[in-house]
Amino acid sequence: MTVTSRFGPYGGRYVPETVIPALDELTEAYDRLKDDRDFKDELAALLKSFVGRPTPLYQAGRLQEMTGCRARIYLKREDLCHTGAHKINNTVGQLLLARDMGKNRVIAETGAGQHGVATATAAALFGIPCAIYMGERDIERQELNVVRMKLLGAEVIPVSSGSRTLKDAMNEAIRDWVTNVRDTYYVIGSVAGPAPYPAIVRDFQSVIGCEAREQIMETEGRLPTHIVACVGGGSNALGLMEPFLAEEEIDFTGIEAAGEGLDSGRHGASIGRGRQGVLHGSLSYVLQDPHGQILEAHSISAGLDYPGVGPEHSWLHDLGKVRYDSVTDSEALEAFTLLSEAEGIIPALESAHAVAFVARQADLYPDDGLIIINLSGRGDKDVHQAARALGIME
Amino acid sequence: MSRLQELFKDRGQKTLLMPYTTGGFPNMPECRLILEAFIRGGADMIELGVPFSDPLADGPVVQSSTRQALQQGIIPDDVFGLAREFSSRLPVVLLVYYNSVFSYGQEKFAAAAADAGVDGIIVPDLPVDEADEFIETCRGHGVDPVLLVAPTTPDSRIAMVAEKASGFIYCVSVAGVTGARASLDEQLPDFLGRVRKQTNIPLAVGFGVSEPEHAAVVAQYADGVIIGSRLIKMVSDAESIETACREIEMFLRDVNQVLA
Repeated sequence: MTVTSRFGPYGGRYVPETVIPALDELTEAYDRLKDDRDFKDELAALLKSFVGRPTPLYQAGRLQEMTGCRARIYLKREDLCHTGAHKINNTVGQLLLARDMGKNRVIAETGAGQHGVATATAAALFGIPCAIYMGERDIERQELNVVRMKLLGAEVIPVSSGSRTLKDAMNEAIRDWVTNVRDTYYVIGSVAGPAPYPAIVRDFQSVIGCEAREQIMETEGRLPTHIVACVGGGSNALGLMEPFLAEEEIDFTGIEAAGEGLDSGRHGASIGRGRQGVLHGSLSYVLQDPHGQILEAHSISAGLDYPGVGPEHSWLHDLGKVRYDSVTDSEALEAFTLLSEAEGIIPALESAHAVAFVARQADLYPDDGLIIINLSGRGDKDVHQAARALGIME
Repeated sequence: MSRLQELFKDRGQKTLLMPYTTGGFPNMPECRLILEAFIRGGADMIELGVPFSDPLADGPVVQSSTRQALQQGIIPDDVFGLAREFSSRLPVVLLVYYNSVFSYGQEKFAAAAADAGVDGIIVPDLPVDEADEFIETCRGHGVDPVLLVAPTTPDSRIAMVAEKASGFIYCVSVAGVTGARASLDEQLPDFLGRVRKQTNIPLAVGFGVSEPEHAAVVAQYADGVIIGSRLIKMVSDAESIETACREIEMFLRDVNQVLA
């Protein structure tokens, strides 16, 4: 079966003609390999021995108690993946594709640095040279990840255009790809970009939901009632939700960054406050001005600081299949502290958005509820920023 | 027959000179002066960019021009206004990223372009397989949708473009973004030969054409040559707009000599 290129009206391939043949080549390679026994076995073996899967599904009893939630709360512990976030699930898969396609260089964009680190890690694993584009502003606030990428042998290329964040890093990565498309593989880090990337990244991340489904059936003997995940581009959310989407009874919520408040103009809520537009190769909800100029997003978490969202999310929103809500910077910070103290788990600020949402409406969940939150990453990268914001450190 | 078709038909042996600048760069009055310099330099057609916040196909020089135009508050209607001022004197083609068209409304955009006397529209991030509706809408308003091919485009896709293109086909000279380069891609003649084999529609070559010597090579194989980044850089580097316009005019005259 051919990889999906449209989700309802969303998706498509709005990129320069120069890279269209490379997208065709990728589509063809993925169609051929995704059901190939050897490819699947090799990926599964790497996810187990290198990434550390399966990740646990952890029942967060003290979080439940401290938030006064009557439903049981489970955390899907993607923070325990090698490199500290779900991003590695996708990069190992895409590096396998790159290798099988005979590409001798990989590039990627990164916001918080998690996808950059995950790409650099997988590139090191396969011995393929790697360049990571990162906005100067993100380089300042995510220094730790910059050092990690360099240690992993990647070249980190600072991007000084525009808002100097993820959006601009992605522009620059696409420009590199257009120039070096014949031998370079572009590792997109979210369920965004031109087709076939949104479908490929979703498929590689759906291991999260497949495991969670087995695990909840094993411990509870039934499906969850609620699934909650943060949404920047939306890969961790789609990865967890996808294997459950056929279930009518489950309540799915994607949490966007409300930043300093949806009315402040400083947020990352592309679905909440954006409208249809084309950014980075696909039609989706986009934060833009009345003339179609892309706006700068804002979030305390660099991973949610993006004015677009994956096209499948836009479609799931229009279908009413997934509800999209948002959480402010300060709510996310509170949840960051709460989860650290309640469970001994320091979450990524991105993941703290999902925790904050559940905490905010804890008393609305029923007694027999079963909530799964995707704890998409760990918070080591965020401790300096959080410490400053919380007044722990000068 | 559209004005672009006539222009290419009547060109004789001359390869057409098609200079590009970003609409509203560095500001509206000075942009008009640049366009006047294009005409004095012998431009056969003007290519005007609609500034966009995230110009994926552009290198640093054009990027900075679109940023400056946006800082001046330039919106698509301003560029239509500019096109209207010049389109009675020579053909005008717009270069616009797809989100600007989409946000304006495809139908409304094509109508406004036609009303401003625009002859063709180039959308660098709208490949032929996404362009059906756009092509039809443009044609409905008598505007030529200009499609692009690149050196990486296989013959099967060139055939798709050849079938749907009108006005001219924009041949991207090199895999990459816009911007001056020291030399042309060695594969350019082969690439243009592949395109020519499949179509009689005029071919214009852009991206990286920045010296009269480049233009002389292009002129052997193509019907039009597009120069942008080099001209914008002249504006950015010059002490005054008057100096820049003089340099542009002289440069275009030099190029025109090798195109005749």
